[in-house]
Amino acid sequence: MSTPATSTRPAAAEADPIDALLAAGRTRRRAGALVASATFGRRAMLKIKHDPKQLVDSAAIPILFTVLFTYLFGGAVSGSTGDYLKMLLPGVLCMSIAIVTMYGGARLAQDVQSGAFDRFRGLPIWRGAFVVGGLLSDAARYLFASAIVVVLGLVMGYRPAGGAPGVIAAVALVIAFGLSLSLLWAAVALVIHDPAVVLSIANAVLIPLSFASNIFVTPATMPRWLRDFVDVNPLSHVATASRDLMNSTGGTGGAVAWSLIATGVVTLVCAPITLHLYSKQG
Amino acid sequence: MLRRASDRRRRGAVAVSWCMSSILRRYALGHNLDKLPEIDKSYGMSKKDLSGDPAIEARGLVKVYGESRALDGIDLTIQRGQVFGFLGPNGAGKTTTIRILATLTRPDGGTARVLGHDVLTETNAIRARVAVTGQFASLDEDLTGYENLLILGRLHGLSRAASRTRADDLLAAFDLTGSAGRAVGGYSGGMRRRLDIGASLIVTPDLLFLDEPTTGLDPRSRNQVWELVRRIAKAGTTVLLTTQYLEEADQLAEQIAVIDNGRIVAEGTSAQLKARVGTGTLQIRLLDSEQRPQALQILAGLLEGTVRLADDPLSLSMLLATPPDATDVGRLVGRAATQLADAGVGIADLSLGQPSLDEAFLALTGHRSGPAATHDHEDLSA
Repeated sequence: MSTPATSTRPAAAEADPIDALLAAGRTRRRAGALVASATFGRRAMLKIKHDPKQLVDSAAIPILFTVLFTYLFGGAVSGSTGDYLKMLLPGVLCMSIAIVTMYGGARLAQDVQSGAFDRFRGLPIWRGAFVVGGLLSDAARYLFASAIVVVLGLVMGYRPAGGAPGVIAAVALVIAFGLSLSLLWAAVALVIHDPAVVLSIANAVLIPLSFASNIFVTPATMPRWLRDFVDVNPLSHVATASRDLMNSTGGTGGAVAWSLIATGVVTLVCAPITLHLYSKQG
Repeated sequence: MLRRASDRRRRGAVAVSWCMSSILRRYALGHNLDKLPEIDKSYGMSKKDLSGDPAIEARGLVKVYGESRALDGIDLTIQRGQVFGFLGPNGAGKTTTIRILATLTRPDGGTARVLGHDVLTETNAIRARVAVTGQFASLDEDLTGYENLLILGRLHGLSRAASRTRADDLLAAFDLTGSAGRAVGGYSGGMRRRLDIGASLIVTPDLLFLDEPTTGLDPRSRNQVWELVRRIAKAGTTVLLTTQYLEEADQLAEQIAVIDNGRIVAEGTSAQLKARVGTGTLQIRLLDSEQRPQALQILAGLLEGTVRLADDPLSLSMLLATPPDATDVGRLVGRAATQLADAGVGIADLSLGQPSLDEAFLALTGHRSGPAATHDHEDLSA
């Protein structure tokens, strides 16, 4: 603090500022659900603004996956990276977003650990606002990660036959599925309270789901039991749907419907559990 | 994003002048406090409503975590407008009690009404009128002080403009304008505590929970927080504060409950509790630890009270029971010194003082009791 020379404020003559504050703060109004949700979304954005490093996970994973898998498998699987991108890129989009979802759970666990969560929980607001606000900021992160995947794909020579509408529809579908996973990790975080453990659990689920899918190779050469798993794996459906939309294969419909059903089921199961855990008085 | 750049520059200039005036004001305030012979803890009796519902009424609160009973039947009645001190060591159940009363934790047994509302079924009615500060309901470290207040303002239903004004006013009143744009993680302990309390005043609460408001603060910051608490109480807000410091409870609270192992072991005004603990403590430090048993024997035979052996092998202390009048204390202490000297016990240091918190706890909770008998637990307010 600077050394005082003169005081420009006639503090001594005034009433105590604290007294004035207390008197002025007597009106109570309940924040609406929308405002509260948007405020929590804004809080997350402010956190990114202050610590842009937070976005590293949302950026590094898409870059790494897209570049690495294209050149790693491209020649072997499809003969050339150009052909492989057609199959891989929509799948890598799904996988990248799926992996990025787990960091939302870790951030929530961090909030619970630090006590910020309890401060908000003690406010007279709609109980879903904290979760919805988190989803809003997650959606922004997923959009950011999706943009990286798509731009990288375009740079490496991917030309989506579905054009901009196909890409936008695929990204929207993947983000919707990602948000349903967010709710799942939020529920885990509200039980576990430890960011590192939440990440471990999410990894243990997401890594097998990502690899035991049709993202990298067609299941035709897989043994029967693995093919059965790949066929029911929701990530396979989301990947197929993204391919259908981005490549405009005409096969649109089935996979998209299955993806939406998977998204709906995960959401319908996880949302009430997450809300219950949020408002549960420990 | 939050404010325009010109706004920011203007604020910078205001901030400097505020720092100056705040230092002057703080100095003046400290000076005035020194002159006060006794602290007025009535906090404006006119604002109190002793006839109406109590602010807090809890009966038989129980909370079990696994094997341990964090709360083992807590009864509390706190009148509106009162500053109530909850005194106890770490892990005694202070924070758990506050969490239940603030609707953050569900009790496993018992009932509680806060401002007339049930903590289990009327959570929103309670949440709208209480504010919580402390370790367990923290601010966002990576956001600035201003942003923290802005967000809480919006969540309290203030408009964008009103949130900004309120945040500015709070920062100014709490001498934080100069640090408004800095991340809270970089704040000093005192600044953080002021912001924390400021954040709880976005809407003036009817009931304020302060969880260990001055733990870890330097004396100057502690005095600032105390002054804030007095102001808030004077404006009519009921305050429930937890503390590990007897002095803090003594300074601020009209009524004090001592909690230990999830039970309230004593309750009363600070004067009642002090009388309970004894008028003072005789502290003796010997030259030779070998002579401690001898010194113990002499003291125990001479004075009425509880002799305790400190961890330091040279030291022992004696909690004096209330004597009929103050002159007796001097006589007794004098006699003790004489007898110790006659017995050839070398004394390095001998002093008579107020009981320390540790001693107060020992007396009130019976923990680590010394050779002499300890007091029974009883409710002093009864």
